[in-house]
Amino acid sequence: MTENYTALYEEHKKLGASFTDFGGWQMPLKYSSELAEHHAVRKAAGLFDLSHMGEVWVTGPDAGAFLDYALVGKLSAIADGKAKYSLICNEDGGIIDDLITYRFGDEKYLVVPNAGNAPTVAVALAERAATFDVTVEDASAATSLVAVQGPKAEAILLKLTDESQHALVTGLKYYAFNEVTVAGHDVILARTGYTGEDGFELFLPNEGAASLWESVAQAGEEFGIVPCGLASRDSLRLEAGMPLYGNELSLERSPFDAGLGPVVALKSKEGDFVGRAALEAAKEAGPKRKLVGLKGHGRRAGRGGYPVLKDGTVVGEVTSGQPSPTLGYPVALAYVDVEHADLGTALDVDLRGKAEPFEVVALPFYQRQK
Amino acid sequence: MAKVAAELKYSAEHEWIAADGSGPSVVGVSAVAAEALGDIVYVDLPEVGATVTAGETCGEIESTKSVSDLYSPVTGEVTEVNDDVVGDPAVINNDPYGAGWLFKVTVTEEGPLLSAQEYAEANGGEL
Repeated sequence: MTENYTALYEEHKKLGASFTDFGGWQMPLKYSSELAEHHAVRKAAGLFDLSHMGEVWVTGPDAGAFLDYALVGKLSAIADGKAKYSLICNEDGGIIDDLITYRFGDEKYLVVPNAGNAPTVAVALAERAATFDVTVEDASAATSLVAVQGPKAEAILLKLTDESQHALVTGLKYYAFNEVTVAGHDVILARTGYTGEDGFELFLPNEGAASLWESVAQAGEEFGIVPCGLASRDSLRLEAGMPLYGNELSLERSPFDAGLGPVVALKSKEGDFVGRAALEAAKEAGPKRKLVGLKGHGRRAGRGGYPVLKDGTVVGEVTSGQPSPTLGYPVALAYVDVEHADLGTALDVDLRGKAEPFEVVALPFYQRQK
Repeated sequence: MAKVAAELKYSAEHEWIAADGSGPSVVGVSAVAAEALGDIVYVDLPEVGATVTAGETCGEIESTKSVSDLYSPVTGEVTEVNDDVVGDPAVINNDPYGAGWLFKVTVTEEGPLLSAQEYAEANGGEL
């Protein structure tokens, strides 16, 4: 049920977006053609409203130690001005959400969970904070997030920033951020994204969101920027082999099943953290099924929930799949029994009763030329 | 709002049929359906000579986001299929009532069909 609208909802309506409910938010699915939006991000630039994502501030003397306890990674080790991908797990090692944490200083971090999980994550963080000297503040409702993704993203941002700040934009490394003024708005500018392209994500208070959105759209026009909805966001992230919570990640999956073992800091963290014992056991046991990439040899795509077969026997299940707009063949992410998960393994996907040939391939499906 | 072509009849499953009484009828999907599906990337059509049955599936339409069954609005024998849309399914999005037609059929019996007005009212289309 949709209850939430972003500060950019009226902008999307003006642009003629088709809407969809996502995680309780009324979000643009596409504006015109999702394929055109997808290609624009690969070749030029796309403008996304991601204001449905959560923003939770963690501040106080114990901020780093608290995040090391609450999440599976070693967040205290992030350098100032850098971000890190991590997971929040429950005591059983199941994944509550995947999230990105930005470090502003010893005592100040920003945690960005997914839209549908943001309230759950905010509550879990608040509960886990009981014995730490920290403040957990859920600023999701007041914060907007706009992404500019694609090879022209940097040029567009440079057009909207004062020359004195250009180095803050061009010098920004992947998974790093700066506080920059863009089109007159003070934003947190992060070089992060979910598309497999170079790009930026801009956090700012809701009040400035519409004005910023219009400025970026206008400045980006000469570079071919187009507004992009969740349909193209999903096809872009799939090509980039990035997991989507609810598809590849869930409470029933451990990080090791999902190929996210390196995100779990079992060795580098000495202290306890939520899920540690279960995750140690899960690592020891090893996954029964693991997440793999599948490439289709035909034209028909596997979709979430379709069985994966080996010689007619079910050995896995597709979690996400569609025809890859960039590559021109069907791609899918699937959980497959480990004995059938090696690269090059020939498998079938049961496409509504007909077995179609697929092959286990390396992830990501698509990697941009750097 | 998606366009509903006034001169056609429609099934509840969003197929249109052009039945002028002379020769085989032409079948396609409505702009309402094409828009809802999103960009169409694959289409599986019945074979020439096959018998299709009103209200039963006779093919598949796959978009970037989803797969939908294609239902025949009438019973009869398929006389021709549009190979152009098989090669370039985007034609269905671009011109659902014209170049994006799907197959031709010699009708022996119609299924329940709606007038353009009835279909437009039921599906929020624009005549």
